[in-house]
Formats: sequence, C-alpha cells, structure tokens
Amino acid sequence: MARKISYQQAINEALAQEMRRDSSVFIMGEDVAGGAGAPGENDAWGGVLGVTKGLYDQFPGRVLDTPLSEIGYVGAAVGAATCGVRPVCELMFVDFAGCCLDQILNQAAKFRYMFGGKASTPLVIRTMVGAGLRAAAQHSQMLTSLWTHIPGLKVVCPSSPYDAKGLLIQAIRDNDPVIFCEHKLLYSMQGEVPEELYTVPFGEANFLRDGKDVTLVSYGRLVNTAMDAARNLAGRGVDCEVIDLRTTSPLDEDSILESVEKTGRLVVIDEANPRCSMATDISALVAQKAFGALKAPIEMVTAPHTPVPFSDALEDLYIPDAAKIEQAVLNVIEWSKR
Amino acid sequence: MSQIHTLTMPKWGLSMTEGRVDAWLKEEGQAITKGEEVMDVETDKISSSVEAPFSGILRRQIARQDETLAVGALLGIVVEGEASEAEIDAVIEQFQSNFVPGDAADEDSGPKPQKVELDGRVIRYFERGEGGTPLVLVHGFGGDLNNWLFNHEALAAGRRVIALDLPGHGESSKTLQRGDLDELSGVVLALLDHLDINAAHLVGHSMGGAVSLNVARLMPQRIRSLTLIGSAGLGAEINGSYLKGFVEAANRNALKPQLVQLFSNAELVNRQMLDDMLKYKRLEGVDAALQQLSATLFADGRQQADLREVVQAGHVPTLVIWGSDDAIIPATHSDGLSAQVEVLPGQGHMVQMEAAEQINRLINEFIGQH
Amino acid sequence: MSTPLTHDQLLHAYQVMRTIRAFEERLHVEFATGEIPGFVHLYAGEEASAAGVMAHLGDDDCIASNHRGHGHCIAKGVDVYGMMAEIYGKKTGVCQGKGGSMHIADFEKGMLGANGIVGAGAPLVVGAALAARLKGTDSVAVVFFGDGGSNEGAVFEAMNMASVWNLPCLFIAENNGYAEATASNWSVACDHIADRAAGFGMPGVTVDGFDFFAVHEAAGAAVERARAGEGPSLIEVKLTRYYGHFEGDAQTYRAPDEVKHFRENQDCLMQFRERTTRAGLLTVEQLDQIDKEVDLLIENAVYKAKSDPKPSAADLLTDVYVSYP
Repeated sequence: MARKISYQQAINEALAQEMRRDSSVFIMGEDVAGGAGAPGENDAWGGVLGVTKGLYDQFPGRVLDTPLSEIGYVGAAVGAATCGVRPVCELMFVDFAGCCLDQILNQAAKFRYMFGGKASTPLVIRTMVGAGLRAAAQHSQMLTSLWTHIPGLKVVCPSSPYDAKGLLIQAIRDNDPVIFCEHKLLYSMQGEVPEELYTVPFGEANFLRDGKDVTLVSYGRLVNTAMDAARNLAGRGVDCEVIDLRTTSPLDEDSILESVEKTGRLVVIDEANPRCSMATDISALVAQKAFGALKAPIEMVTAPHTPVPFSDALEDLYIPDAAKIEQAVLNVIEWSKR
Repeated sequence: MSQIHTLTMPKWGLSMTEGRVDAWLKEEGQAITKGEEVMDVETDKISSSVEAPFSGILRRQIARQDETLAVGALLGIVVEGEASEAEIDAVIEQFQSNFVPGDAADEDSGPKPQKVELDGRVIRYFERGEGGTPLVLVHGFGGDLNNWLFNHEALAAGRRVIALDLPGHGESSKTLQRGDLDELSGVVLALLDHLDINAAHLVGHSMGGAVSLNVARLMPQRIRSLTLIGSAGLGAEINGSYLKGFVEAANRNALKPQLVQLFSNAELVNRQMLDDMLKYKRLEGVDAALQQLSATLFADGRQQADLREVVQAGHVPTLVIWGSDDAIIPATHSDGLSAQVEVLPGQGHMVQMEAAEQINRLINEFIGQH
Repeated sequence: MSTPLTHDQLLHAYQVMRTIRAFEERLHVEFATGEIPGFVHLYAGEEASAAGVMAHLGDDDCIASNHRGHGHCIAKGVDVYGMMAEIYGKKTGVCQGKGGSMHIADFEKGMLGANGIVGAGAPLVVGAALAARLKGTDSVAVVFFGDGGSNEGAVFEAMNMASVWNLPCLFIAENNGYAEATASNWSVACDHIADRAAGFGMPGVTVDGFDFFAVHEAAGAAVERARAGEGPSLIEVKLTRYYGHFEGDAQTYRAPDEVKHFRENQDCLMQFRERTTRAGLLTVEQLDQIDKEVDLLIENAVYKAKSDPKPSAADLLTDVYVSYP
C-alpha cells in the first residue's frame, strides 16, 4: 500500500522530483518562496498556502519570487518557455488572470499555430481555483471553461492527491502550455500516492465508480461530492457511474459517451458558473452524439449565474452539494418513469 | 458442549475495507464444514468466496444479498451443537453493540509490508505467521505480493510466510541490471539471508515459478520444496501476444483484453483491477523493467530458460499446479514431470486467486509432508 | 568621420537597411493591387533602428517585435523570400501562411515573433533573458516597441522586473511620433520616453533614429552593459514612418509635407550613403551594386511568393499543440 500524503504534499513532491530530474525546470511566482529582499527569513511562506515550501533551499536559484506583476512575470514565463527552459509559474489565484490574460490567451496559446509549428511553449501555470474559503468574488472562481475555450491550452483539474502528482508531472513534461487548476479546498485531502515518479496522461477520464443507472460527470473538487452523492444514492437503490474528467482540454469524449450509452442518463456537476461552461459543453456533446441513448433530459448541477458571495450563508448555497446532486439524479430517474 | 460462532466479513489483502455480498452459498439450517465456501463476496479488487473457519449449522444469515459491509461485520451465525434462538439473539446483540466498522480494516493497526535495501535496491516484502520452515511466495511477470491475497493468510496458519515484490514490480525498486533469472533469484536468496532463513519452501507463480526453479538449481540445499503454479521454465511455449499486449498497454481499454486472458472468469477483471495495474505500469521505470524482462526471458514469444531438469533430478520435492485452461503458459508443460501434478479443470492462469481454497489446501497438504 | 565598424560590417548594415526599404516599398505597391490579404504595417523610414541594434546581436540573442515588424525580422536575418511568401499567405511562408505580416517568427534566428498586441513583447524578452541566465549563457534579449507600446502596462511591468532581476535586456522604444492616428507628444505624458527609465532604475537615452551610427553606438553600449551583467537599458529612438499606420491609412492627421520633409532631409539611407562615401569608407559603386542585388532579391521573392501554393484544408488543424490526444 502506497503511503498517504495530502494533495498539497503531492504537488510539492511532484515539483521537487521533476526539478531534481530536469535542471531546466524552475518555479516562479508571487511569494513562491516569500521573503525576497526582506530582512527576515527566506522561504518565509513557500507559496501563500505553503504548497512550494522547502523547495527554495533544495533548489538554489530555481525558486524565483517575483514582484506583484502578473503581466510581467507570466509573460516572462511564456518567453522563457520558448527559449529552452521549463517554467512552472504560479498564478496565486486564477481570478488574477484578468491582469495577465493577454500573455496566456494571445501569446502562449497561439505561438505554435501562428508561427507555423516552429514554437513550443512548455509552460505550466499552477493556479488556485474554487470557492469555499469565504474568499469572496475575486478569489474564488473556477474559470475552467475560459481556458478550455482557448485552442492551444491544456487544462488540468486534479481531484485527488494521486492525480495531482501524476498530472503535474505530465504537465511539466508536456510541451504545450498547461493551466493546472488546484482547488484550494483539496490541499488537505489525504490519499495514496506512490513515492516514485509517474505520469497520468491527459485526456483520460477516470471512472471512480461503475454504475448502470445514471452517469455523473464532474471534475476537480466536486468529483468527491459526486462520489458522496453516489454512495448515498446507492442506499436508495440508484446505481451511479461517476466520471472524473481530470482534464477539460483535452476532453475524454469517448468515456463520457461510452458511459451514457450504457446508463442513458446524464447529470453534469460543475462548480463554475452555468453559462458557456463545462456543464453546457458536455451536455451539448451528449445531446449531439448520444441523443439516441438518452432516456431523460440532461441535468446540470452548477453554481448560479452570480459572482461568488462572501457570507458563509450564501457561499454554502452557491457551491453545489451532494443533496443537489442527489436531487438531480432522482429527477432524471423519475423522468424516465413518467 | 455447544458453541455459537460469529461469521464475519474477511479482510483480503491490505486495502480491503468493505465487501459486497454477492450470494449466500448455504441455506439457514444447513450443515457446513470448516473450509467450505459459504458466501460469495465482491470487493473493489476482486470477487471471492468466504470460507467457513469452523464447522456447524448455519443458523442465521445476517448479511443480505447486495449488502455492502465493512471488514469484520457480522455475516451470519454458525452453531456447533445446540443453542436456543434467545442465546443466538443475545450473541448477535452483543456483537452488534460492540462492532465499530473500520477498526478491523484500519490499515495502521494491521500488519504491514516492510522494505529493505538489498544490494543497493529497495525490496518490499510482507511477512505473516510464525514458526515452522518458512515459506516464500514469488509472484509472476507484472505481478506483486498482492497476487497472494487469498493465499497468504491461509498458508500462514502455523508457519512463517513471506511474500515479496521482485525488482521491477510492486513497490520494490524498478531498476534491473541484466533482467535475467539469476538476477531475480539472487534477490530471493538475498532476502532469505536478510531474514536469517536457512531453508525455505518456495511457491512460485508463472515467471516466479521459473525464479523459484532457478533458486533451487543454484542452492538446492536451501530449498525444502517447490510449488510451481502455472509456472514458467518448464517448456518453450508462452503466450507472446499477451506479453507484448500487456507490456505495451497504456490505457485501460488496451489493458483489459490482456488481463482477461489471465482469468477463467473474465468478469473478475473490473475497473479497479485495471486502474491498479495502470497505476503500477505508469510508475517510472516499470515500462523499461517489463520490456527488459520480456526481452531476456521471453524473447520472440518463446521461453528462453528450460529448468525441467531441476524437477527431474529429484533433489527437491515438487508440487506442480496448473489451470487446465491456462491461456498464458499451457498446462501441457506439466506432462511427464517427476512431481505431484495437479491440473485444476476449468481454471486459468491466476488459479491461486480464482481457486484459492483448493490451492491453499493442496499446498498445505504437500508442505505438511516435507 | 570615424567608426568602429569594419568595411564588411558597413556594407552589411547598408544592405540590411536597403533590403528593408525595398521590401516595404514593394509591399506598398503590391498591397494596392489587392493581392495581399489582411493588414500590413510598413517600417520604411525606420531602418536605421533595426540595423543599428541588430548589428550587435547574434542568432543566440533573442528579440521580440511588434506589429511593425518586417524591418526587425530582416535585420535579424529572417529569410526575405519566406517573409514575402508569409505575407502573401502562402504555404511556403516562414509560418506556413498561418501567421501573416504581424506574426513572423524564426526561433533559429532568435526572432521570437512580431506581435499583434501592443507592448506584449516586453515581458517575453524578460523571459528570454531569464532563460539565458538560467542556462548560463551571455545572450541578451531585446524588445522593440513604439511610442504607443511605451504607454502599455506590460512594458512597465517588464522594465521593472528586468531591473529587479538585473537581466540582460534592452528596451528599444521606436518613437515615430504616432500611435495609430494619435500623436506621441500628446499621448506620452513625459517629455521623452527615455525619461521613464529612471522610474525603473535603469539608464535611458534618446537617440536620433535617422542616424544609423547614433543608434549603433547607443545600442552597443547597452548590449555591452547587459552582457557584462550590469542589467537592462532603455533606448528611445526618434524617427518617423514614411507610410501610414497600416496600408490604406490616408494619414490626414499628419501635417502636409511632413513625410516629404523627412525623406528629403533626414532619410537614414541617404545619410548613410553620404557619410560613408564622403569619409572614403565605402564607394558609390559598392552601394549601387548592393541596391541592384537587393532589387533582384525582392523581385524574385515577390515573383516566387505570388506563384507559391496556399495552405491546404489539412493545414487548418495542424500545429495547434505539440501533441493532443
């Protein structure tokens, strides 16, 4: 049995092992060490939540604190990646993408195509996503569909410590720009993680549970909520299949369609806002390619079309929970009994 | 004198925390004998049968079909002799009020495999039981010590039993040097040295059989007996397309048709088994190790080592077990051997998992004689 | 006059400037025929800037350019025919017809790309300089932007980071007086773009962009400083463009005869010819010979580019990713 470590430790370990393996890998971002130029400790923070703690001393000169300057340092990471090194650049909160979107959207994502295949941009942007920390509207978004929409980017949303390590190693070795979305509520999640290096390939969804009645598709943290719902529903005689997309770009369409062909019912669970989202994208995919298999309308369980609220009373309503998922599943079951 | 036994959910392997009741194989009121299969249980890893640890009358079926129960949970009541319904009710009530799900499955409280560095590489092994001449379980190509999930505990009643991960496998180091039988056998011998074991019984499955044969060839004085299950090293034929397909498979859809060939019951190859195997195959160094072993031991889909002479020489008592329908190494390799040969009808390559109870009985009986 | 440039370097500098001029003037003519798709932004008039800076750089030194990038590409050594074919949208173009005038790149030549987003190249060269440091080479990285780009936050952030990390970067602000149709003396809030260097802790100078030798000298000092590990510099190069913001711009915002005045009195090629021949460094015959060779080069490039095939339908979907399952 592999030892258990947290999601956060899995990410730290992946970074350390890849930096040890490949001297061209380096880390940069705001306070990834913390304390640059200050009179006190270096590596004072190791990232705002301590995810990169300890790497500064292990890899001298390769853990670079940056000024608070998202256009500057994200752009620098993009430029460096085209020049033969492999930056792992931390965008502290995905919400800060508003500052540096051009460097991701118009530069990193488009170089290869617009330069006729001559450029490769092996860049990883690690970024914190998701609600639940009472961090309010500008520090809590998912924005997954924003990245997924952009050709040239790969988008990764690990839901467990095992996947976090394997997908991050794959992201670092990958020769395309990758947006690596870490859900802040998962950092403390414990799970079995091999000590060795390993990769989890992109575009391969994970079946967390086999079931015959309803397909639940999700990604990121809500995969775990979907599993809770599936367990609760099993006690009520409903057998759910649970699919974790792992990466939204590339998207494992085959696994989604294969499952819906079997169950005939689909509930998509997405922490992001509902319009033009992964939920609508997957619903459209299934409606188009597995229409004949559907026994009930597709249900989407998503956040509402609002910013993320601050007050816990509101944020708890905002984030989809197991009860909402269970209700959606019961709805599709009931519909086909009509 | 009468005794009321509680039949509980067994723990198979290290990671099992719960099992789902597939079917009762015995009715209430029926007599059962110790070792008999009373219930089919499915876990996230595999399905198997619960063997009765005692004889008596099955008086109560507590677990219902399709119910998922924690390890250690009450499945039924078996009574030796006489007991009133009220006495049985009292036992059930007491059990249920004391039972805490998770306790029996808690991996931190149970025995754990260990790791040791031998000749510069880490080898994982798992020890159960005490006393007697130790027995060592050697898994096959692409396997690990969990291949003995249903055997380890049963064989360890009254005996020290060690299962190891060969290099390139499980949680042992993945780097091989020559990737030949001598290297693998050297690891088995080094582990015996490390554990201060002078002489042992060896049980080898598939490639592990060839490794065991080779240990016996190199150090016959240290081997009390050999049990070879669907073993390599006894003939030239081997399923080359399986080996190639298994080594190359990079996702579950490619892996499934390969793993299915290992079992007589294809339904055993579930999502969890495929995921576990993929996790292993994706570890750094595993692909290289499997390629190297496959190229050295099974070049061009033919077994390169012929170790029949080790058996035929008669220095080491040998039990040969085969599934008649083994799709990886043909059961005909057991023909003409100077050994106790047991071919189990209808069984496949992973016969020690699929017919665990029979295999455990055969091994215990055989070893009891040597 | 005296110059540190060798005879061959002088000839090369003239050849670069002359190639840019001929390339752009020909595009001006060809664009009017309607055969060239999209927009083109011509660099004619600004040649001394590209040639003066690039004279100090090798293939290992990286540059990032802007929408007005043909001159930077030619001076950095990108193949002229490949550029022409690219601008015509042909499969044989340096970017296989997928980038066009605003996205010409050639990584082998250290040309990290022209750029359609004003100011965006500045952070990229900070990264290129960072990569050079991490790899332990003495390469420098140079970004070209205009007076419009000088007002972009991306440039400010890049200049600050380059100073904070003390990176081997040059920021070349080509101030041609106009950002699109807006005058720089209105849109740039300080007197000189070079003054902004002080705010980012680096030296800044303003040079006459019609004078190849002035640009060459200032760039040489900045490159030397960068290679010596002394950090980034800003050079404001003051010049003008002979054509509109893009082809088709009637330039009614400019004063009558403004361009004519610059062409007749300050043109960089004219000045270069006069000064090198008067000083006896080069002969008129040598320069005329280069003119003829360049004209032939451009003629051939246009002829071939026009007759080359366009990309096929299959090319639509390729090279989005290095790999995508």
